[in-house]
Amino acid sequence: MNRRMMRKVTNVVALCLSGLATAIGLFFLGAILWTLISNGVAGMSVALFTQNTPPPGSSGGILNAIYGSVVMTLIGIVIGAPIGMLAGTYLAEYGKGTRLAAVIRFVNDVLLSAPSIIIGLFIYEILVIRMGHFSALAGGVALAVIAIPVTVRTTEDMLNLVPQGMKDASTAMGAYPWRTITSIIYPAARSGIVTGLLLAVARISGETAPLLFTALNNQFWSTNLRGPMANLPVVIFQFALSPYKNWQQLAWSGALLVTVTILVLSISARIAVSASGGGAKR
Amino acid sequence: MNTAAPAIDTRHAAKQRFREVLFKGATLAAALLVLILLGGVVLSLLQGSWPAFSHFGFSFLTREIWNPVTDEYGALAPVYGTLVTSLIAMLIAIPISFGIAIFLTELAPDWLKRPVGVAVELLAAVPSIIFGIWGLFVLAPVLQRHVQPALIEWLGPLPLVGKLFHGPPFGIGVLTASVVLAIMVLPFISAVMRDVFETVPDVLKESGYGLGATTWEVIWKVVVPYSRTGIVGGIMLGLGRALGETMAVTFVIGNAHRISPSLLAPGTTISASIANEFTEAVGDLYTSSLVALGALLFLITFVVIAAARFMLMRLDRRALSSV
Repeated sequence: MNRRMMRKVTNVVALCLSGLATAIGLFFLGAILWTLISNGVAGMSVALFTQNTPPPGSSGGILNAIYGSVVMTLIGIVIGAPIGMLAGTYLAEYGKGTRLAAVIRFVNDVLLSAPSIIIGLFIYEILVIRMGHFSALAGGVALAVIAIPVTVRTTEDMLNLVPQGMKDASTAMGAYPWRTITSIIYPAARSGIVTGLLLAVARISGETAPLLFTALNNQFWSTNLRGPMANLPVVIFQFALSPYKNWQQLAWSGALLVTVTILVLSISARIAVSASGGGAKR
Repeated sequence: MNTAAPAIDTRHAAKQRFREVLFKGATLAAALLVLILLGGVVLSLLQGSWPAFSHFGFSFLTREIWNPVTDEYGALAPVYGTLVTSLIAMLIAIPISFGIAIFLTELAPDWLKRPVGVAVELLAAVPSIIFGIWGLFVLAPVLQRHVQPALIEWLGPLPLVGKLFHGPPFGIGVLTASVVLAIMVLPFISAVMRDVFETVPDVLKESGYGLGATTWEVIWKVVVPYSRTGIVGGIMLGLGRALGETMAVTFVIGNAHRISPSLLAPGTTISASIANEFTEAVGDLYTSSLVALGALLFLITFVVIAAARFMLMRLDRRALSSV
């Protein structure tokens, strides 16, 4: 009897602890969002979106940083997405089952989890040193290097979900593989691929470490891709660590902006998948 | 495939074949580029770190000194900081992630599973710089005022363990960085654990219940042993993230190049050193030493991540698409 009680008590305690663990996880998400909102909303104003980063002590906004982030994220996705999609296509179709594909898949997984600051060092070595100066272009390329493994992974996963019967039917009609892929498989996997792209954008738009010594930062408005350019993550980093109250406020507002953007992207990616009725498990 | 029916215009067929070669070549080139990227990363790190390694030799790894004025650098303090913060982070994160994974797979009613699962995944989507700024302005003061004094008072006088909790409560330091890291890797580990728990066949669990086992006994004696490799793989994956995490740590570690026995004291990690000092580094040896740190970090994380991926390879890749 005693042993049975013990088992029951152990069971209840263990299950309560697992509930508690979940509560802890959710608490931190809530705490972080609450901090962002309570600190960030105070700084929301028209000036935030219409003025450039100010010198310490005077008012301003983060227009140049927003612009820079958008530009570099675009460069990253414009370079990274096609390469990632093509490589993912190779893994899922042409190279399926080959040893080369297995190696590439493994290397891609390693790149996917590699520290992003290493990517920053890599781009610094091959681009910044060659060009002789920091540039928005280098920042965009660094983001592309981070976007590629994400896109490869999602593209391969999504293409694998397309029923084999559809591919066979197309082949039976005499279509070459490229025709099958572009006219049958891509359209069938469209929502999944779009989801992958959204997730890639979400991933790179918050990256800070790879931009620190590629794009650097710029206090002024700049559209020159070959020069340093302001961007939200690095501005948040520098301003949050500064002793100036107005800079810290701008950092909080920028942080809120980045987080809301990324969470909206992630949530819409999930909706895109579930709306398509198939695709990934979640 | 290459025997075009006579009815088909041969020029059309040739065009099709040409496009096939073109498209196939493009996908192959893109796939090879992934390999080239990794090779490029390795080569550029080696090239950039060569001056430091050739100048300091093996002593680069064993010395604690980090002095830009006399141009002497050693990697011991940042390597130590990287390993210790990640280790503590894992100690905190593993049990919590395990609890979350169990809650999501075995306990939560269906209507709760999805929202809680999505919330945990959103935590994974929050960029690391946000964890940094939150850690600095919210977590560090709370730890400084409420947690660290208690640790110093209760654990400080103990033999052996006490050494870890000596000194004033700075707020920022190794412990705070570890806590922030733990929160960051939580969603990654629990996502993998949940996915591997879901691969356990229902029949196995039902046999456990059929023998009269409690929910916990089924989890501990059926689910966990069945998914052991996946669990370890998930933990390693989280460890890989913790080792390389930059921004969150940079905010709260204090950036002090010394090894202190106390967890409350400021320290540094490899990634925090690079993030803090790289743009300000003057002189080739200084820059090269930082790149050498990066090379060490890459080596450490590569081993951990490769091991993790190897363990997770057997699992259904689709089940792990969230990481």
